[in-house]
Amino acid sequence: MKALIIDDSRAMRSILRRIVTSLDFETDEAGHGQEALERMESGPVPDVCLVDWNMPVMDGYTFITKVRANPDWRNVTLMMVTTESEQQQIVRALAAGAHEYVIKPFTPDAIAEKLEMLGLVGGAA
Amino acid sequence: MTAQDGHPAPDRRGMTTATDTYESVSALVRRETSMIYDAGKEYLVEARLRPLAAAAGCTVDEYVKRLPIDPVERRKAMDALTINETSWFRDHAPYQVFSDVLLPRLLEARAATRHLRIWSAACSSGQEAYSLAMLLDQHLPAGWTHEIVATDVSTAMLERVRNARYSAVEVNRGLPATALVRYFARAGNEWEIVPRLREHVSTRHLNLAAPYDGLGSFDLIMLRNVLIYFDQETKHDILRRMRPMVAPHGYLMLGSSETTLDLPPDLAAQWRREQEGRVQVHRPATGALT
Repeated sequence: MKALIIDDSRAMRSILRRIVTSLDFETDEAGHGQEALERMESGPVPDVCLVDWNMPVMDGYTFITKVRANPDWRNVTLMMVTTESEQQQIVRALAAGAHEYVIKPFTPDAIAEKLEMLGLVGGAA
Repeated sequence: MTAQDGHPAPDRRGMTTATDTYESVSALVRRETSMIYDAGKEYLVEARLRPLAAAAGCTVDEYVKRLPIDPVERRKAMDALTINETSWFRDHAPYQVFSDVLLPRLLEARAATRHLRIWSAACSSGQEAYSLAMLLDQHLPAGWTHEIVATDVSTAMLERVRNARYSAVEVNRGLPATALVRYFARAGNEWEIVPRLREHVSTRHLNLAAPYDGLGSFDLIMLRNVLIYFDQETKHDILRRMRPMVAPHGYLMLGSSETTLDLPPDLAAQWRREQEGRVQVHRPATGALT
């Protein structure tokens, strides 16, 4: 499984990288939505994107709408990981095509549980 | 002198203070709640009592020495020590089995009364009770009513269930984002369960090792991840007394790693194990009530 971590904070990318690596994901990273789109166009398509909302150049919401508009990427799972916690923002993200939503701050378990809910991590045997 | 960061520190007599403290706390918890703190949980005792000791202006050791003679602090300490970390729809599969398999059968069995009763035993902060309330909101046909009774040995936890407010960290744990927007409303920095779920959940203070008088019988009892905290004798006693609490057509669900395979024959005969996919459920064996 491949995860693309999209966040303008290097520290947050590092935290998320450690979590998903421990779940046996290979990881790639991007500092904003535009960079993430370029990586997806040029490199292997990830199984899941962990997407921050507020980023320079291209925000996470725009990134999600662009990914959902491309049929080649219909199998990519999108999970927002963001400080945006207004209810209408969560509704907006889900309507735009996000599969799941994690509000910062979070515990490592929260990420693992959400990935398991999405069928990307094996559950208890 | 107290242990720092969970590591036992030697005191002036060269003994490990945390060990003395731990043994004393362990005995107290067992006496008050019948729960067992296994060896190796010293760090947990330390972490949970440290804030209470700090609030009381003393060390953890001094705080523990006060507990036998101070009922107010003892109640607080028991609350702190009996908290279990929990998540929404914990382990997922049991909730899937509930919606897909058990609920249709229960609807058939209760067609005459159109009312379901569920017991969330050792409910902790309420995630299990409210997870079930969410599923019933989605799957219960119109015209049906239901009641979820949430019990716990911790009064602080029951207060949390009644308040039904959860932090961002807590709502991230296993709760689908669709359920978050559907069943919660923002309340400052927290998230509050909507009234239409809350009205179905009632709370009651209950030590599982004490009598279950006045609870009535249930279509489903969730007794998940709690028997592990009791010694074998208490565990058997609980399962024996749970048997008449389950309606004849009803179910008992234990935690994923808990089993009734090791029960003495007379008690094992009271329960029928059924496997539903990865999930084991228990039903009262007919005519075996002793």
